[in-house]
Amino acid sequence: MTTSRIPTTRATAAPARRAARGAGAGAFASRRGLMLGPSVQSALEALWANRLRSLLTILGVIVGVAAVIAVVTLTQGTSAVLNARVAGLGTNVLTITPGATTTGGARGGAGTRQSLTQADADALTAVPHVANVSPLLSANTQILAGAQNWNTRAQGVYPGFQAIGNWQMAEGTWFSQADEDNAQPVAVLGQTVVDNLFTPTGTDPLGQSILMNGQTYQVVGVLQSKGATGFGNQDDVAYIPFATARARLTNATFVSQIQVQVDATDNVDATQQAVTALLEQRHQIAAGGSDDFTVRSPTQFVQTAQQSAQTLAILLIGIAAISLIVGGIGIMNIMLVSVTERTREIGIRMAIGARRGDIRNQFLIEALTLSAGGGAAGILIGLGGGLALTHAFQLPFVLSVVAIALAVGVSMLVGIVFGFYPAVRASQLDPIVALRTE
Amino acid sequence: MRTDDAPAGAAERASDPDARDAVSSQRDVPDARERLSDHESEGAHAVISVRRLAKVYRMGQTSIPALRGVNVEVARGEFVAIMGPSGSGKSTFMNLLGCLDRPTSGEYWLNGREVSRLSADAIADLRNRHIGFVFQGFNLLARATALANVALPLLYAGMPREERERRARRALRIVGLGNRLEHHPQQLSGGQQQRVAIARALVNSPSLLLADEPTGNLDTRTGMDIMAILQRLNGFGLTIVLVTHEADIAAYAQRQISFRDGLVVSDQAVTQQRSATDELQELLARRSADGAGGEPVRIREEQA
Repeated sequence: MTTSRIPTTRATAAPARRAARGAGAGAFASRRGLMLGPSVQSALEALWANRLRSLLTILGVIVGVAAVIAVVTLTQGTSAVLNARVAGLGTNVLTITPGATTTGGARGGAGTRQSLTQADADALTAVPHVANVSPLLSANTQILAGAQNWNTRAQGVYPGFQAIGNWQMAEGTWFSQADEDNAQPVAVLGQTVVDNLFTPTGTDPLGQSILMNGQTYQVVGVLQSKGATGFGNQDDVAYIPFATARARLTNATFVSQIQVQVDATDNVDATQQAVTALLEQRHQIAAGGSDDFTVRSPTQFVQTAQQSAQTLAILLIGIAAISLIVGGIGIMNIMLVSVTERTREIGIRMAIGARRGDIRNQFLIEALTLSAGGGAAGILIGLGGGLALTHAFQLPFVLSVVAIALAVGVSMLVGIVFGFYPAVRASQLDPIVALRTE
Repeated sequence: MRTDDAPAGAAERASDPDARDAVSSQRDVPDARERLSDHESEGAHAVISVRRLAKVYRMGQTSIPALRGVNVEVARGEFVAIMGPSGSGKSTFMNLLGCLDRPTSGEYWLNGREVSRLSADAIADLRNRHIGFVFQGFNLLARATALANVALPLLYAGMPREERERRARRALRIVGLGNRLEHHPQQLSGGQQQRVAIARALVNSPSLLLADEPTGNLDTRTGMDIMAILQRLNGFGLTIVLVTHEADIAAYAQRQISFRDGLVVSDQAVTQQRSATDELQELLARRSADGAGGEPVRIREEQA
């Protein structure tokens, strides 16, 4: 027994006594509803006493919430990229790809079937409200510049593609109609290509010679960066005249796609119909027959992206729901065990004046703490996973507040729903029996 | 607040070396009396008034009468021992007195209030405010400190945290455990645990302390110590009802009520009430050749 300790406690004793008498009657007259603070504290103590068990119990909730958050983060990143790309395309550009539309799968179909020709593209210039048309011929290729090399995508396009793709020049100029007509070996390089071929040596790319497929091209222009928007970096490209591509790069008869710029956004729908009609006519597709090409406007791009995001979301909600139900059952199971184990504690609490509601709330709050803890851990793990995934796919990391709020809400709901029965069972115990339990 | 308290604390400390016993007696006597007197304003009723109290347990088809019409009055400040062999109905009677169970018929007036028909919540509040329990098995919460255990009833009374701890500390000092506030039950001896339980029973200033075989799990000397505390509390005016099957223990009470087959068979005053404090002093005097006899037994004997 230390002497230093006693005086400290005593020092507060005398006034405390006076205060106690004054506050006594009032304090006893009122009861607090939930006693949230002490209940949460006692819940944490109880859960901490069985930490391994608590952790295993909330694993289901953690996995469910983490999976949802991670994939939501990934989808948000993807749609951010898609939106950026659609915005980059301009709202008045129609994209025509070979192959028929299949919901959600049309994007992958580009180039898999061959039906579009340069003649198709040229014919479309006659359609009203069409400002620019360009066929695209794509090929993956290696570019050499001095000792540097870089693998990129070379695209043969008409000079008018600068307007379609809304490209600004950082240096030099876009190739001219004359270059196209004469199939000149000239190239306009994207910023990423320049960064990899010329920046290391500190050379000004303009006027330099590069080798593509063993053939020499002259760099006439460098594009302003559109910013790396993730997978399929738009700056990682080399544009060459279409005729040059046809002659030197690939001898394909068919083009990868055709892009059409409409003069005004209001005319996009009408032009889309006219373009479709003209191509059907040219491809001799009877009315009601299935097209061998797809014409999409930017809005449709968005719709397609939204559709696939929706499908993914429904799938996710399903997985999350199953995981959370499983997690909830785990919580209910462990709470029932806990009630049984702590029967005597419940008896003691009842004997010293806990109401049935107090006991119920205690266990309810414990279940809630458990599931909310699982939810919080799941959110953190999910965000970490999402961060890693978006980083791996070079997507922007978008924090979805809605998803997090939803995860918190749902995990707490799980705690309440699945914790309710054990809590009620605890509150219905007979104090005499409970006190006698060993 | 601390600065205001300092002179009072210093004054108290000054008188300290004289008698450590005073920690529990002189310091707490006025205090305890004041607290207990709160209830006197509620009227001059008997604390307990039981009329034709009966309890029948049903087990399937058969009915087992545990209490068959009991009439008992306990006045304020009495120290009553309930005795009887197992199956005599004394435990049932205890559960009814403690409002842990409801009678099949009859009336139970606690502090002038008929309680057997009250709602479950009202009965919980009643237990909280008017009854303090001391059990044979201590029944402390293992995870909670002594202080938290003692403060628990105040939590259910809806008292703010500071006030809870203040009162719990005071109750622990009354039972001589002012220096064991942060200990967990497993760090305390049986006697100390029972004293924590007594502090918990006291903390809400109950009208009635119900002790169910409080010395059953303790050795003789520690049991004596517990009885000394109960007698001292009774001396301050606390009404105590003690259930025991040991005549030795019952002899510390002022009055003995014997049960048999669900009926009261005898109800008489104890002619020669034993004093646990005196007996302890004698016991210690006999045992101590090393001069420990003068020490305050309530604190010291646990450490020996």
